[in-house]
Amino acid sequence: MKRDIILAGVGGQGILSIATVIGDAALNEGLYLKQAEVHGMSQRGGDVQSNLRLSSDPIYSDLISKGGADIIISLEPMEALRYLPYLKEEGWIVTSSKPFVNIPNYPEIEEVIKHIEAIPHHVLLDVEALAKEAGAPLQAANMVLLGAAIPMLGINYNKIVEGVKRIFARKGEAVVAANLAAIEAGYENVNSSTLWKMYGTQW
Amino acid sequence: MKHLLLGDEAIAQGAIDAGLSGVYAYPGTPSTEITEYIQLCEKRKALSTNSVATGKIFCQWATNEKTAMEGALGMSYMGKRALVCMKHVGMNVCADAFMNAAITGVNGGLVVVAADDPSMHSSQNEQDSRFYAKFAMIPCLEPSNQQEAYDMMHYAFDLSESLRTPILLRVTTRMAHSRAIVETIDTPREQNCLSAPENTNHFILLPAFARKNYAELVESQADFVQTSEESLYNTYTKGIQTKKAFVTTGIAYNYLMEAIERLGDEVRDQSILKITQYPLPKALIEQMVVDGAEEILVLEEGQPVVEELLRGMVPSTVAVKGRLTGDLPRMGELTPDSVREALEKGKMSGESNKVVPEIVVGRPPALCQGCGHRDMYAALNEVAAEHEGSKIFGDIGCYTLGALSPFHAIHACVEMGASITMAKGAADAGQFPSFAVIGDSTFTHSGMTGLLDCVNSRANVVVLISDNLTTGMTGGQDSAGTGRLEAICLGLGVEPEHVRVVVPLPKNMEEIKQVLREEVAYNGTSVVIARRECIQTLKRHLKAKK
Repeated sequence: MKRDIILAGVGGQGILSIATVIGDAALNEGLYLKQAEVHGMSQRGGDVQSNLRLSSDPIYSDLISKGGADIIISLEPMEALRYLPYLKEEGWIVTSSKPFVNIPNYPEIEEVIKHIEAIPHHVLLDVEALAKEAGAPLQAANMVLLGAAIPMLGINYNKIVEGVKRIFARKGEAVVAANLAAIEAGYENVNSSTLWKMYGTQW
Repeated sequence: MKHLLLGDEAIAQGAIDAGLSGVYAYPGTPSTEITEYIQLCEKRKALSTNSVATGKIFCQWATNEKTAMEGALGMSYMGKRALVCMKHVGMNVCADAFMNAAITGVNGGLVVVAADDPSMHSSQNEQDSRFYAKFAMIPCLEPSNQQEAYDMMHYAFDLSESLRTPILLRVTTRMAHSRAIVETIDTPREQNCLSAPENTNHFILLPAFARKNYAELVESQADFVQTSEESLYNTYTKGIQTKKAFVTTGIAYNYLMEAIERLGDEVRDQSILKITQYPLPKALIEQMVVDGAEEILVLEEGQPVVEELLRGMVPSTVAVKGRLTGDLPRMGELTPDSVREALEKGKMSGESNKVVPEIVVGRPPALCQGCGHRDMYAALNEVAAEHEGSKIFGDIGCYTLGALSPFHAIHACVEMGASITMAKGAADAGQFPSFAVIGDSTFTHSGMTGLLDCVNSRANVVVLISDNLTTGMTGGQDSAGTGRLEAICLGLGVEPEHVRVVVPLPKNMEEIKQVLREEVAYNGTSVVIARRECIQTLKRHLKAKK
């Protein structure tokens, strides 16, 4: 088993929480793991990314090679496109469809979506709306995205659920429940998507 | 036990388990998390009732890297194990203490961690701290992964005590800020007992004593080399094919192994010298040449330190390749891709045919919405614009982002504290008005002495201390002068009527501008403190209250 994952977004959106949950689940699965993070100046509203590598064998590099990523998980659609050279030919993009506009020259969102839809294996979802529907707060939108990426992760759904329970335990039962609802919403959404039905079984 | 740790956290846990008594540091990316981790452990230890009977570890932030280094040397003097942590440019700040600690030697183990930032993710240069180890003539360790970083702390402290020298441990951003599973020992080593040095002459650097110490240090060099040669952390693996060989340092080894996995037998069969301890293991290098190496590719993160040294160590018939020969990029951090390209030079890698669509634009970092620095710059820009040719000298911190859109406020930013002294130099040269913008933590780090220079020559400058009550850029660590900035300025001799305090909020804009105008009009040294808590720490404080 080997998965190279790029997590992308804008500083403060919560990509590191996604990494923390996956990391916890992977650790409990007995997998090897490496996760390079971005700290410091770039966190101030700039583009951020994290390279997350999981494998049943020891991993050397902390960074993913170009053309080596199995999945790009992004909390922002334009940010997903920034790492395209790293995506494998048959890799998946799982991204929020909602733009985070904090720059004056943000491109037309229709153009951004068009580029994502040009990637054969993609999941586009409005994570904030799905979080709301599931009765979870806005802060749990990142967990909707994680839920949607579970089928590609190679880690069992229940293992991720256990990870969420452990990671958020200190914040109380209500927070755990909200995050679990968000995970489920994302997971259900991708399982009912046409593209996943078409390609997912080959994956 | 197995833990998922950042490289920085592995270093911290390694130091704790090696019987650490004190960590001395000033925050700086990518080194900050080492000290934060130790602080967190101490906090938990204090709360826990069934705490293991280990001693306390001193872990309060230092005012700057020099005071940190000196504090650690003092703890080492008393026989205890001390750790100093900083980012690479912090080495410049503590260089006086660092270089001389090599001359005094140590009593208790002393390890200095320098976290380099090649590619300048969050820094103003990419200087390589290994030069400092060579400069000071002390051993240097450069772990290749998080487990090694953990294990090496034990080794480093032991080595420091057995060789009686400080040890420099050098990491780079990808080591410091990458998580991996680390296996730790169950029972930490006890802390050393308090014991002053037997021979205090070692620590009195009068020329007569210093010459003797220096002669000992020079004499120790052969031991240091031998220790490197015998170290388990330096390994030479003779290949089936020995004409071509690789020399790796630190994490570059990982990129090589990654490339070998992909490229297969041709490269797998070559010799590899993996270096994680300096001075360079001479005997292993000689063996590599004896085995027939004709071409050596040096893979190292940072500046071409080893590449240059190797050229003087191998016969001129052996080709040494690396960053200087263009086989690898001259600057910036290594990547699995740059290493692979160096290995298959001339061949197309063709792994990815995807490009970043043209519509994707840059997203530079910016000051947070609602940040006090924003209001400070808004007022300053208006007042500065009232005079033709106003110059604003900036400093290191979040507020350096004032150089970017929408403020484009600052005209210089060089290193910690330079805003005040550069504004002074500009005023000395005849510039008017000359402003300095500096954060509270940077002010106490290196700005106070510059302000004293201003006062002593009645320099016509306006110093704005943008006080957010924290060290903001690195994530909100305690700031050394919080609550005492006015007293410090008055103590340094700034006239009481020219130490002004404003609250940077949009509603106070007129008042702030008026204060600035008055201080520009004053022919002398003024300080305007714009004080409002960092909104990131404010959010955290409000959340904690709930």
